[in-house]
Amino acid sequence: MSETQTTYNYKVVRQFAIMAVIWGIVGMAVGVFIAAQLVWPDLTYGIPWLSYGRLRPLHTNAVIFAFGGSALFATSYYVVQRTSHVRLFSDGLAAFTFWGWQVVILLAAVSLPLGFTSGKEYAELEWPIDILITLVWVAYAVVFFGTIAKRTISHIYVANWFYGAFIIAVALLHIVNSAEIPVSLTKSYSAYAGVQDAMVQWWYGHNAVGFFLTAGFLGMMYYFVPKQAERPVYSYRLSVVHFWALIFTYMWAGPHHLHYTALPDWTQSVGMIFSLILLAPSWGGMINGIMTLSGAWHKLRDDPILKFLVTSLSFYGMSTFEGPMMSVKTVNALSHYTDWTVGHVHSGALGWVAMVSIGSIYYLIPRMFGRKEMFSIKLITVHFWLATIGVVLYIASLWISGVMQGLMWRAVNADGTLTYSFVEAVKSSYPFWAIRFIGGLLFLGGMFVMLFNVLKTASGNKAVEAPVLAPAAHHA
Amino acid sequence: MDINDLRSIMTVVSLATFVGIIWWAFSKGRKSRFDEAANLPFADKDVDEAETRLVRRD
Repeated sequence: MSETQTTYNYKVVRQFAIMAVIWGIVGMAVGVFIAAQLVWPDLTYGIPWLSYGRLRPLHTNAVIFAFGGSALFATSYYVVQRTSHVRLFSDGLAAFTFWGWQVVILLAAVSLPLGFTSGKEYAELEWPIDILITLVWVAYAVVFFGTIAKRTISHIYVANWFYGAFIIAVALLHIVNSAEIPVSLTKSYSAYAGVQDAMVQWWYGHNAVGFFLTAGFLGMMYYFVPKQAERPVYSYRLSVVHFWALIFTYMWAGPHHLHYTALPDWTQSVGMIFSLILLAPSWGGMINGIMTLSGAWHKLRDDPILKFLVTSLSFYGMSTFEGPMMSVKTVNALSHYTDWTVGHVHSGALGWVAMVSIGSIYYLIPRMFGRKEMFSIKLITVHFWLATIGVVLYIASLWISGVMQGLMWRAVNADGTLTYSFVEAVKSSYPFWAIRFIGGLLFLGGMFVMLFNVLKTASGNKAVEAPVLAPAAHHA
Repeated sequence: MDINDLRSIMTVVSLATFVGIIWWAFSKGRKSRFDEAANLPFADKDVDEAETRLVRRD
């Protein structure tokens, strides 16, 4: 060891953690804006680059990859260092992932409103940006696995297994689904055609949910829930089974996005069966997280960070029950293309992904600035209630409008003609879209409370870099 | 043997591997190793304390 004591690289963690809050606000603000457009369609006076069709992919990309991605980078870099007891493999490459990822986000924010898109959901960015994403991701993998390789502890903690699977799977998904033939700098066409193209897209799309929005955030759960509850995870052997069960089943669930399409019927059925099987590992993981608090439930009463983490697991359990049910073909016949799907996604995205990230960031921020806790614990509680009420309003209103739309679309008169025209279902959805808008607004309001709290915690405090210390076991 | 036989074999091998993993995870010898692993996040309490009173280094 050199003269100066080795430290952990907290700089890149700090940068990503702060940007997660910023991008969360930006992405959710765009979401609230397009929710408002559904209530007031003339909101933007027909300006093309503010139209719903262009802003919607901006919203999804911003919340998934900018907000969720930054939160994953921040927490994975923190967790892998602290559980491997070494500094990050390469400071330079880590800095490249930070700045590279920010450039990707800025390019998305410019190109999507301008109308440049490859037309694939959650993979809209055009080919030059796809290449940059690949470079950043390879650097991320090198930093993460390089750190694992030089760890001073023989065991690889379960959180790192989840983060590692997330990094490998997303690389695979991105490269296969983004295979495209460029015709100009800003336009490309998919390398696949017809139903194969659709299947590749939803193999990607569902595994983006499974590995980006689930495995990565389960990595967060397996570190930050035990840390904040100050108890080891409920069952480590369950966590091992949880991990492998997810890995073996998630890849096959994609076809449920293509029920009743040109996709062969047996493929749809395989997708449905695997989606149903997924309930087991999902709930195994949720129970493992929640039961970590057994014997320490009283901590929930006055620790808003734990409230965030445990509520996120409740929403995870809820949406991973709802998902398999919606993948059943007969249920899907009612739910597909309705608001129910949108509500389901947000129960997962706001309730699970955002809340577990917010809880983890509240844990990280004070430690990144040499403080014991956030500037205001009360404000975390305020944020918690704004977020919870917001999600509940959001998903409850879309359940109602979704089921209503499904029923209206399928209603037929005795002579076989449709009972309702499409616009009648739109008209009936208005009040629920207004409630959804309010729910989203509340959730966004909570993020502003968070930003204020974070800035107050950061200001006047020195950013720190903690020393790499030998694990306690080695002292004795 | 055509490609579909290979695919079937792959599926069966995957299932057997998964059952093997469950058996491995729940076997008796694992318990103490897993308890140790579960406590990994708490192995560096000193850093938790240290990081609340450190000065900037970057």
